[in-house]
Amino acid sequence: MDEHSNVSAGMRAGLPLLLPTLALGVSFGVLARPVMGPAAPIAMSILVFSGAAQFAALSVLAAGGGALAAITAGMLMNARWLPMGFAIGPSLRGGPLARAAQGQTIVDASFVIASRGDGSFDRGLLMGATAVQGVAWVSGTVIGVLAGPVLGDPGSLGLDAIFVAFYLALLIEEARSRRAVVAGLAGAAIAFALMPFTPPGVPIIAASLAALVGLRSA
Amino acid sequence: MTTAWIVVAVLFVGTASMRAAGPVAFGGRSLSGRGAAVVALVAPAILGALVVYETVSAGGSGIELDARLVGLAAGALALVLRLPLIVVVLAAAAATALARLL
Repeated sequence: MDEHSNVSAGMRAGLPLLLPTLALGVSFGVLARPVMGPAAPIAMSILVFSGAAQFAALSVLAAGGGALAAITAGMLMNARWLPMGFAIGPSLRGGPLARAAQGQTIVDASFVIASRGDGSFDRGLLMGATAVQGVAWVSGTVIGVLAGPVLGDPGSLGLDAIFVAFYLALLIEEARSRRAVVAGLAGAAIAFALMPFTPPGVPIIAASLAALVGLRSA
Repeated sequence: MTTAWIVVAVLFVGTASMRAAGPVAFGGRSLSGRGAAVVALVAPAILGALVVYETVSAGGSGIELDARLVGLAAGALALVLRLPLIVVVLAAAAATALARLL
Protein backbone atom coordinates (compact mmCIF):
# COMPACT_ATOMS: atom_id res chain seq x y z
CA MET A 1 0.00 0.00 0.00
CA ASP A 2 1.23 3.48 -0.86
CA GLU A 3 1.77 5.03 2.57
CA HIS A 4 2.69 8.46 1.22
CA SER A 5 -0.55 8.91 -0.68
CA ASN A 6 -2.46 7.84 2.44
CA VAL A 7 -0.82 10.64 4.43
CA SER A 8 -2.03 13.12 1.80
CA ALA A 9 -5.49 11.52 1.88
CA GLY A 10 -5.45 11.91 5.67
CA MET A 11 -4.57 15.58 5.31
CA ARG A 12 -7.49 16.06 2.92
CA ALA A 13 -9.80 14.21 5.33
CA GLY A 14 -8.65 16.48 8.17
CA LEU A 15 -9.11 19.66 6.14
CA PRO A 16 -12.69 20.42 7.30
CA LEU A 17 -11.21 20.56 10.82
CA LEU A 18 -8.55 23.15 9.98
CA LEU A 19 -10.70 26.21 10.73
CA PRO A 20 -12.57 24.90 13.79
CA THR A 21 -9.34 23.54 15.33
CA LEU A 22 -7.67 26.90 14.71
CA ALA A 23 -10.62 28.65 16.34
CA LEU A 24 -10.52 26.28 19.30
CA GLY A 25 -6.78 26.91 19.65
CA VAL A 26 -7.44 30.66 19.60
CA SER A 27 -10.03 30.36 22.37
CA PHE A 28 -7.63 28.23 24.42
CA GLY A 29 -4.89 30.87 24.00
CA VAL A 30 -7.26 33.72 24.85
CA LEU A 31 -8.56 31.99 27.99
CA ALA A 32 -5.21 30.55 29.14
CA ARG A 33 -3.01 33.66 28.92
CA PRO A 34 -4.36 35.50 32.00
CA VAL A 35 -4.20 32.26 34.04
CA MET A 36 -0.96 30.65 32.81
CA GLY A 37 1.06 33.50 31.31
CA PRO A 38 2.07 33.74 27.66
CA ALA A 39 4.59 30.89 27.24
CA ALA A 40 3.02 27.97 29.16
CA PRO A 41 -0.17 27.74 27.03
CA ILE A 42 1.89 27.57 23.81
CA ALA A 43 4.23 24.95 25.30
CA MET A 44 1.16 23.03 26.46
CA SER A 45 -0.42 22.98 22.99
CA ILE A 46 2.83 21.67 21.47
CA LEU A 47 3.63 19.10 24.18
CA VAL A 48 0.23 17.91 25.39
CA PHE A 49 -1.73 18.46 22.12
CA SER A 50 -5.08 17.45 23.55
CA GLY A 51 -7.78 20.09 23.46
CA ALA A 52 -10.06 18.27 25.88
CA ALA A 53 -7.30 17.73 28.48
CA GLN A 54 -5.97 21.27 28.14
CA PHE A 55 -9.39 22.90 28.55
CA ALA A 56 -10.17 20.65 31.52
CA ALA A 57 -6.89 21.56 33.28
CA LEU A 58 -7.31 25.24 32.43
CA SER A 59 -10.84 25.43 33.83
CA VAL A 60 -9.56 24.04 37.15
CA LEU A 61 -6.66 26.54 37.27
CA ALA A 62 -8.97 29.43 36.28
CA ALA A 63 -11.31 28.50 39.14
CA GLY A 64 -8.38 28.77 41.55
CA GLY A 65 -7.64 25.05 41.80
CA GLY A 66 -4.15 23.71 42.44
CA ALA A 67 -1.75 21.82 40.18
CA LEU A 68 -2.87 18.38 41.41
CA ALA A 69 -6.56 19.07 40.71
CA ALA A 70 -5.74 20.49 37.27
CA ILE A 71 -3.56 17.48 36.41
CA THR A 72 -6.29 15.07 37.56
CA ALA A 73 -8.90 16.80 35.39
CA GLY A 74 -6.58 16.69 32.38
CA MET A 75 -5.65 13.05 32.91
CA LEU A 76 -9.32 12.04 33.16
CA MET A 77 -9.86 13.51 29.70
CA ASN A 78 -6.70 11.74 28.55
CA ALA A 79 -7.66 8.30 29.76
CA ARG A 80 -9.60 7.69 26.57
CA TRP A 81 -6.29 7.41 24.68
CA LEU A 82 -5.92 4.06 26.45
CA PRO A 83 -8.83 2.20 24.80
CA MET A 84 -8.15 4.04 21.53
CA GLY A 85 -4.46 3.04 21.74
CA PHE A 86 -5.37 -0.58 22.46
CA ALA A 87 -7.63 -0.51 19.39
CA ILE A 88 -5.07 1.04 17.08
CA GLY A 89 -1.96 -0.76 18.41
CA PRO A 90 -2.18 -3.89 16.25
CA SER A 91 -2.26 -1.72 13.10
CA LEU A 92 1.05 0.01 13.89
CA ARG A 93 4.37 -1.41 12.79
CA GLY A 94 8.01 -1.03 13.92
CA GLY A 95 9.71 -1.50 17.29
CA PRO A 96 8.20 -0.40 20.61
CA LEU A 97 9.78 3.08 20.41
CA ALA A 98 8.54 3.63 16.85
CA ARG A 99 5.06 2.47 17.84
CA ALA A 100 5.08 4.73 20.92
CA ALA A 101 6.00 7.65 18.63
CA GLN A 102 3.23 6.78 16.17
CA GLY A 103 0.82 6.56 19.12
CA GLN A 104 1.42 10.27 19.78
CA THR A 105 -0.57 11.04 16.63
CA ILE A 106 -3.78 9.61 18.15
CA VAL A 107 -6.40 12.34 18.47
CA ASP A 108 -10.21 11.91 18.37
CA ALA A 109 -10.96 12.89 14.80
CA SER A 110 -7.90 11.18 13.29
CA PHE A 111 -8.63 7.96 15.17
CA VAL A 112 -12.01 7.80 13.49
CA ILE A 113 -10.76 8.92 10.08
CA ALA A 114 -8.14 6.15 10.20
CA SER A 115 -10.62 3.45 11.25
CA ARG A 116 -11.34 1.00 8.42
CA GLY A 117 -14.42 -0.33 10.25
CA ASP A 118 -13.12 -3.91 10.48
CA GLY A 119 -10.93 -3.35 13.55
CA SER A 120 -7.87 -2.26 11.58
CA PHE A 121 -6.55 1.28 11.12
CA ASP A 122 -4.66 3.11 8.36
CA ARG A 123 -1.67 4.82 9.98
CA GLY A 124 -1.07 7.08 6.94
CA LEU A 125 -4.57 8.52 7.29
CA LEU A 126 -4.01 8.85 11.05
CA MET A 127 -0.81 10.85 10.69
CA GLY A 128 -2.04 13.04 7.83
CA ALA A 129 -5.24 14.04 9.60
CA THR A 130 -3.33 14.71 12.83
CA ALA A 131 -0.71 16.89 11.06
CA VAL A 132 -3.44 19.27 9.85
CA GLN A 133 -4.96 19.54 13.31
CA GLY A 134 -1.57 19.91 15.04
CA VAL A 135 -0.56 22.88 12.89
CA ALA A 136 -3.98 24.50 13.38
CA TRP A 137 -4.05 23.85 17.14
CA VAL A 138 -0.60 25.30 17.85
CA SER A 139 -0.98 28.30 15.51
CA GLY A 140 -4.40 29.00 16.99
CA THR A 141 -2.95 28.97 20.51
CA VAL A 142 -0.17 31.39 19.49
CA ILE A 143 -2.71 33.74 17.85
CA GLY A 144 -4.95 33.56 20.92
CA VAL A 145 -2.11 34.30 23.36
CA LEU A 146 -0.76 37.21 21.29
CA ALA A 147 -3.96 38.78 19.98
CA GLY A 148 -6.49 37.60 22.56
CA PRO A 149 -7.81 40.90 23.87
CA VAL A 150 -8.75 42.22 20.39
CA LEU A 151 -10.34 39.03 19.06
CA GLY A 152 -13.44 38.57 21.18
CA ASP A 153 -15.36 35.31 21.53
CA PRO A 154 -14.91 32.66 18.79
CA GLY A 155 -18.13 31.03 20.05
CA SER A 156 -20.22 33.81 18.48
CA LEU A 157 -19.32 32.40 15.05
CA GLY A 158 -20.77 29.00 15.96
CA LEU A 159 -17.43 27.32 15.35
CA ASP A 160 -17.87 25.03 18.37
CA ALA A 161 -20.81 23.37 16.60
CA ILE A 162 -18.50 22.29 13.77
CA PHE A 163 -17.19 19.48 15.98
CA VAL A 164 -20.74 18.33 16.67
CA ALA A 165 -21.54 18.06 12.97
CA PHE A 166 -18.17 16.57 12.10
CA TYR A 167 -18.44 13.79 14.70
CA LEU A 168 -22.03 13.11 13.63
CA ALA A 169 -20.91 12.75 10.00
CA LEU A 170 -18.11 10.37 11.03
CA LEU A 171 -20.52 8.39 13.22
CA ILE A 172 -22.94 7.88 10.32
CA GLU A 173 -20.04 6.75 8.14
CA GLU A 174 -18.86 4.36 10.88
CA ALA A 175 -22.32 2.91 11.45
CA ARG A 176 -21.98 0.39 8.64
CA SER A 177 -23.16 -2.62 10.62
CA ARG A 178 -26.01 -3.21 13.00
CA ARG A 179 -23.56 -3.70 15.86
CA ALA A 180 -21.79 -0.41 15.07
CA VAL A 181 -25.14 1.38 15.28
CA VAL A 182 -25.83 -0.28 18.64
CA ALA A 183 -22.33 0.64 19.92
CA GLY A 184 -22.76 4.27 18.79
CA LEU A 185 -26.16 4.64 20.41
CA ALA A 186 -25.01 2.90 23.60
CA GLY A 187 -21.92 5.14 23.74
CA ALA A 188 -24.10 8.23 23.36
CA ALA A 189 -26.50 7.01 26.06
CA ILE A 190 -23.69 6.19 28.51
CA ALA A 191 -22.11 9.63 28.02
CA PHE A 192 -25.41 11.44 28.43
CA ALA A 193 -26.32 9.48 31.57
CA LEU A 194 -22.95 10.12 33.24
CA MET A 195 -22.34 13.75 32.24
CA PRO A 196 -24.38 15.39 35.03
CA PHE A 197 -22.66 13.40 37.78
CA THR A 198 -19.06 12.70 36.80
CA PRO A 199 -15.92 14.83 36.23
CA PRO A 200 -15.19 15.76 32.61
CA GLY A 201 -13.59 12.90 30.70
CA VAL A 202 -15.23 10.05 32.59
CA PRO A 203 -18.32 9.91 30.30
CA ILE A 204 -16.15 9.45 27.18
CA ILE A 205 -13.99 6.72 28.74
CA ALA A 206 -17.03 4.89 30.08
CA ALA A 207 -18.67 5.11 26.65
CA SER A 208 -15.84 3.07 25.13
CA LEU A 209 -17.21 0.10 27.12
CA ALA A 210 -20.11 0.08 24.64
CA ALA A 211 -17.64 -1.58 22.23
CA LEU A 212 -18.05 -4.74 24.33
CA VAL A 213 -21.26 -5.46 22.40
CA GLY A 214 -18.71 -6.87 19.91
CA LEU A 215 -18.31 -9.86 22.26
CA ARG A 216 -21.79 -11.06 21.33
CA SER A 217 -21.51 -13.33 18.35
CA ALA A 218 -22.89 -11.70 15.23
CA MET B 1 3.15 30.66 37.00
CA THR B 2 5.20 27.77 38.45
CA THR B 3 1.92 25.91 38.96
CA ALA B 4 1.14 26.29 35.25
CA TRP B 5 4.51 24.82 34.25
CA ILE B 6 4.12 21.87 36.63
CA VAL B 7 0.73 21.13 35.07
CA VAL B 8 2.21 21.38 31.54
CA ALA B 9 5.14 19.08 32.40
CA VAL B 10 3.10 16.39 34.15
CA LEU B 11 0.33 16.41 31.53
CA PHE B 12 2.98 16.15 28.79
CA VAL B 13 4.42 12.97 30.31
CA GLY B 14 0.98 11.64 31.27
CA THR B 15 -0.61 12.25 27.87
CA ALA B 16 2.35 10.80 25.97
CA SER B 17 2.27 7.65 28.16
CA MET B 18 -1.47 7.18 27.62
CA ARG B 19 -1.05 7.48 23.87
CA ALA B 20 1.97 5.15 23.85
CA ALA B 21 0.55 2.39 26.10
CA GLY B 22 -1.73 0.68 23.58
CA PRO B 23 0.66 0.80 20.61
CA VAL B 24 3.58 -0.50 22.74
CA ALA B 25 1.54 -3.31 24.32
CA PHE B 26 -0.34 -4.49 21.23
CA GLY B 27 1.81 -3.41 18.31
CA GLY B 28 2.10 -5.75 15.34
CA ARG B 29 -0.15 -8.42 16.87
CA SER B 30 -3.06 -9.75 14.98
CA LEU B 31 -6.22 -9.89 17.01
CA SER B 32 -8.51 -12.84 17.42
CA GLY B 33 -12.00 -12.66 15.93
CA ARG B 34 -13.68 -11.44 19.09
CA GLY B 35 -10.89 -9.01 19.94
CA ALA B 36 -11.13 -7.51 16.47
CA ALA B 37 -14.91 -7.28 16.78
CA VAL B 38 -14.62 -5.29 20.03
CA VAL B 39 -11.85 -3.05 18.68
CA ALA B 40 -13.91 -2.28 15.55
CA LEU B 41 -16.66 -0.89 17.77
CA VAL B 42 -14.48 1.45 19.88
CA ALA B 43 -14.69 4.18 17.23
CA PRO B 44 -18.50 4.27 16.90
CA ALA B 45 -18.91 4.01 20.70
CA ILE B 46 -16.59 6.96 21.36
CA LEU B 47 -18.09 8.93 18.45
CA GLY B 48 -21.61 8.53 19.84
CA ALA B 49 -20.30 9.87 23.15
CA LEU B 50 -18.44 12.75 21.47
CA VAL B 51 -21.54 13.89 19.56
CA VAL B 52 -23.46 14.06 22.84
CA TYR B 53 -20.54 15.59 24.75
CA GLU B 54 -19.79 18.33 22.20
CA THR B 55 -23.48 19.18 21.91
CA VAL B 56 -24.50 19.50 25.56
CA SER B 57 -21.27 19.82 27.61
CA ALA B 58 -21.33 22.70 30.07
CA GLY B 59 -17.54 22.97 30.02
CA GLY B 60 -16.81 21.16 33.28
CA SER B 61 -19.23 18.50 34.43
CA GLY B 62 -22.93 19.01 33.84
CA ILE B 63 -25.23 19.53 30.88
CA GLU B 64 -26.13 22.75 29.12
CA LEU B 65 -28.72 22.89 26.35
CA ASP B 66 -28.01 25.81 24.01
CA ALA B 67 -27.61 26.90 20.38
CA ARG B 68 -25.37 23.90 19.63
CA LEU B 69 -28.57 21.79 19.46
CA VAL B 70 -29.67 23.93 16.50
CA GLY B 71 -26.28 23.29 14.91
CA LEU B 72 -26.68 19.54 15.46
CA ALA B 73 -30.11 19.62 13.80
CA ALA B 74 -28.77 21.61 10.83
CA GLY B 75 -25.84 19.23 10.45
CA ALA B 76 -28.14 16.21 10.61
CA LEU B 77 -30.43 17.72 7.96
CA ALA B 78 -27.45 18.40 5.67
CA LEU B 79 -26.32 14.79 6.17
CA VAL B 80 -29.78 13.45 5.31
CA LEU B 81 -29.66 15.55 2.11
CA ARG B 82 -26.26 13.91 1.37
CA LEU B 83 -24.49 17.27 1.09
CA PRO B 84 -20.65 17.32 1.12
CA LEU B 85 -18.93 17.27 4.53
CA ILE B 86 -17.68 20.85 4.30
CA VAL B 87 -21.29 22.03 3.67
CA VAL B 88 -22.47 19.91 6.61
CA VAL B 89 -20.04 21.51 9.09
CA LEU B 90 -20.59 25.05 7.75
CA ALA B 91 -24.37 24.61 7.97
CA ALA B 92 -23.99 23.58 11.61
CA ALA B 93 -21.78 26.59 12.40
CA ALA B 94 -24.06 29.06 10.56
CA ALA B 95 -27.21 27.72 12.24
CA THR B 96 -25.54 27.92 15.68
CA ALA B 97 -24.26 31.45 15.11
CA LEU B 98 -27.72 32.52 13.88
CA ALA B 99 -29.43 30.97 16.90
CA ARG B 100 -27.02 32.86 19.19
CA LEU B 101 -27.83 36.14 17.43
CA LEU B 102 -31.59 35.71 17.87
